[in-house]
Amino acid sequence: MQKKIRKYVFTKKLDAFFIGLLDASQFVARYFKEVFKGPFEFAEFKKQCYMMGIKSLPLITLTGLVTGIVFTKQSRPSLQELGAVSWLPSLIAIALIRALAPLITSLISAGKIGSNIGAQLGSMRVTEQIDAMNVSGVNAFKYLVVTRVSASTVMIPILMMYFAFVGLIGSFINVYVGENTSFISYFQEAFSPISFLDVLTGLFKSIAYGLTIGLVGSYKGYNASKGTEGVGLAANQAVVISMFLIFVEEIVIVQISSWIRLA
Amino acid sequence: METESSIIINDLHISFGDMHILNGINLTVLKGENVVVLGRSGSGKSVLIKIIAGLLKPDSGTIITLGKNMNTISEKELRELRQKIGFSFQNSALYDSMTIFENIAFPLQRNAKQLTKVELEKAVFGALDAVGLEQTANQMPSELSGGQRKRIGIARTLILKPELMLYDEPTAGLDPITCIEINNLIVELQQRYNSSAIIITHDLTCAKTTGHRVAVLLNGQFVSEGSFESVFATTEPIIKQFYDYNFIN
Repeated sequence: MQKKIRKYVFTKKLDAFFIGLLDASQFVARYFKEVFKGPFEFAEFKKQCYMMGIKSLPLITLTGLVTGIVFTKQSRPSLQELGAVSWLPSLIAIALIRALAPLITSLISAGKIGSNIGAQLGSMRVTEQIDAMNVSGVNAFKYLVVTRVSASTVMIPILMMYFAFVGLIGSFINVYVGENTSFISYFQEAFSPISFLDVLTGLFKSIAYGLTIGLVGSYKGYNASKGTEGVGLAANQAVVISMFLIFVEEIVIVQISSWIRLA
Repeated sequence: METESSIIINDLHISFGDMHILNGINLTVLKGENVVVLGRSGSGKSVLIKIIAGLLKPDSGTIITLGKNMNTISEKELRELRQKIGFSFQNSALYDSMTIFENIAFPLQRNAKQLTKVELEKAVFGALDAVGLEQTANQMPSELSGGQRKRIGIARTLILKPELMLYDEPTAGLDPITCIEINNLIVELQQRYNSSAIIITHDLTCAKTTGHRVAVLLNGQFVSEGSFESVFATTEPIIKQFYDYNFIN
């Protein structure tokens, strides 16, 4: 093989970074282009919803319940000092719906769903299964990427709502044991300070996080290389990059919702 | 063999980073003709057929696959064209989450959605019959041997009745008996469907059995082309060396 002299615009690494950024933007643009264009792969979409949603329920249930119980238990002494234990349900509800449920659900999903998408598509890429799909006249991007990204965008908000519900149940158990509060009065108290904007913000956050997890996992898996090492790297990067982007989005969305609240 | 061309490649170049992989390739494959591309590992053989199938874009040069210019082809046209191309991958590339039946049915279900269940089953078992593996329909790819996976990979391409077959190292990693079976299968399928084929290999037994014509790829260029006998009648050391390391009867 002959060696070719090549010049870079910046440095080799910086060029690769910008090329990667452009490639990722094209990947995202392609998703939005293909998601609204038929034919739709409903069967695969439903299968992915099942895999991401139903299969995540045990983990989400456990985490939600523990979060609700522990957060209530930890908050009680501070509220007791102020003589405001009756505020416990509303405090927990606000914390869960505004911040904890979207954030914890998405972080768990980044680990479970994001790594799964990255590893699955990565192994399909390195074993040429994606190429095999493409050469048989199948739109592999639509079949594999569009279905997975759409499923995570739909299922993570549902998981988030479920997390908030289970978290409140966990909190109620703790409050019931401590204060013997009834189920109805606990939930009346819990939902009284919750506004439509709180629910909307939580929902919007989880949609954004679901989209991010699906896109990052798919992008990393779909473009995996270097054999089994590449598959591991794709799964790992899917989690790390998703988490990083989720925190960035969290800051931006919280800031925007605060402006809206003040306005 | 007909005089109509299935593939016309003209002055094809491709590089990956600083490395020139293909450096001015010219090749014509006639309809009904099997062309074997011989070359050492890393010589760019697999890259060549990936360009033909539209999986990679060349840096320059023209390539006409089944009458379509791959440089100007649209995404939709490419998908339609690919239904006429069968690609047998080196490692079979079977979908490991699907059964053998689902693997073979998959391209047909996606490309011919009006098919009834009975028609689909008939087509799948027809393809399995062509490779002699009907009994594996309900098995998973991981339960099959390397040779069986290779055959299933070929069956999956046959379901769309391709006009052009691309075989990437069809006998790599197989025992000599299975190699002979695969070679015979390639010849049988070409005769049955009158399809053209490019067979990428470094196995000279495979080249001799399956190819009407042989092209030797070296340093990104074809250094010799013709019938198996004429190519290896040469005194060119690099080609002779290739021959000497293989056992040919």
